[in-house]
Amino acid sequence: SLLFPQNGSATLEEKEDDGSPVSISSNMDVHLGHQRIDMDHSIEVDSANPSAYSIKTKVISPSMPFRSAQIRLVSGHHEVYEPCDDSFALVDALLADRANLLEHQPMFCMEVGCGSGYVITSLAIMLGQENAGIHYFATDTNPHAARVTCETLEAHGVHAEVISDNIASAMEKRLEGLVDVMVVNPPYVPTPEDEVGCDGIASAWAGGENGRTVIDKILPVADKLLSEKGWLYMVTLAANNPSQICRSMRENGYASRIIVQRSTEEESLHVIKFWRDSDGHVGGKESTTSTTVIESLFSQLHRLSFWKNGSNN
Amino acid sequence: MRLLTHNMLSSNIKGVTNGFPLGIIIDKSTQIEVEINTDFLKTMFSKIDWKALVDAATLMGYSDLPEEVDESMLESEELLNKFHHALLELHLEEGALICPETGRRFPVSKGIPNMLLHEDEI
Repeated sequence: SLLFPQNGSATLEEKEDDGSPVSISSNMDVHLGHQRIDMDHSIEVDSANPSAYSIKTKVISPSMPFRSAQIRLVSGHHEVYEPCDDSFALVDALLADRANLLEHQPMFCMEVGCGSGYVITSLAIMLGQENAGIHYFATDTNPHAARVTCETLEAHGVHAEVISDNIASAMEKRLEGLVDVMVVNPPYVPTPEDEVGCDGIASAWAGGENGRTVIDKILPVADKLLSEKGWLYMVTLAANNPSQICRSMRENGYASRIIVQRSTEEESLHVIKFWRDSDGHVGGKESTTSTTVIESLFSQLHRLSFWKNGSNN
Repeated sequence: MRLLTHNMLSSNIKGVTNGFPLGIIIDKSTQIEVEINTDFLKTMFSKIDWKALVDAATLMGYSDLPEEVDESMLESEELLNKFHHALLELHLEEGALICPETGRRFPVSKGIPNMLLHEDEI
C-alpha cells in the first residue's frame, strides 16, 4: 500500500545500492475537499529493486497532459456502468502495452461495450487521433451508454464514432479484416441465463452460465473483424475459465498473454491480449518489471479515492 | 456520424441480401475540420466504396468529389483534400439511415446511429 506522510513524499522500502534510479514525472489532478489541486509527482524507482520507490509531490499551477481519461470528466447516467476495477485494469493493460501499440500503428481501433466511454477515451488519448491516422469506433447495446460515451469523449477533446449496436452487427460485413485493435470489457459475471441482454444497466455485467454467454458471442465477431495484425484485449474473470478461452482461441490461430492480473476482495480479473499466431508477433516486447510497476502505479495514482475524503494519509 | 462510418455500415436485418449502402435522411448536419493524414487516405481508398461516398457527400451538400477516381489520381493534393473533407469532416447529427431492401429506418440522433435490431429482425 502507498503511504503519504504529511510532507507529501513517501518511501516504501529500502533501496539497494546497485542499479540507478529511474525518474518519471507525472501529474495528478486531485480533489481535496472542494478544492482542485494540480500536483506534480516524480516517482523514483530503483531498477534493480523495482518494488522500492519514492514519490515526491509538489503543487503546480497549470495542468499537464494526461495519458488516460480523467474520472472527473467521465459522464454518467443511472443506467450506464461507471468505470470500475475492471475498466481500470483494461486501461492499465493498454497503458502497459502503449509502446507496442504505438509501434503497431493501428488504423482502426474498436471498443465493444463502451459504457461510460472511459476506456475508448483513454485509448484515444494515449495513442492519438486523426493526425496520427488512427480512427476509433465504439459500440454499446445501451443507447444511454452511447450518448454518455460521446459526452465523455467530448469532455476530453477526443473523437470516436459511436454506434448503438449489438457487438458490431451493422459493421461486420464492411469492417471485416480491418480492425487492428479491439478492446472489450464484457458482461462477465455468472448469472442466470435469462438475465443476459436485458435492457438497462444489468446488461453491463450479466454473463449467463460461467459468465461466458456474451464473451462466446464476441470472440467469433472479433475473429472476423480483426486484421491479420489485429490485437484483442479482453477482461475476464477467473470464473470465465480464461485458460479454456485461450485454448479455444489457440485452436483458431491466436496466441495469448495475460497483461494484467488483479485480485480484489470480490473478483480475480485477467486482462488477456490475443493476436494471430501467424503474425510472428511475440505479444509485445517483454517490458521490464519496473516499467510495469510504474505504469500500474501511474494509473492507480489517478484513482486515489481517499484524497476525496480530504484525508492526509 | 462521419461518412467513413456510413461507408462501413450495412443493414443486417434477417433476410436482407445486400444491405449496403444505407440511404440517408438528413435533418441536421455539421462540418468539423480535422487534420489530414494522407497515408490514411491512401490506405482507405481501396476499402471505401467510392460511389457510396460520392452519393452520400452529395446528399450532405458536398458535390466536389469526382465520380470516377482511380488510384493514380491519389497523388493529387486537391483530390486528397476533397476525399478527406467528404470522408471525415461531414457529420450527420440528426436524421436516419435507410435499409436499401426493406426501407427500415435506423435513427441517427446526436451523431449516433442506432443500428439495434428488433426481435423479429435478427
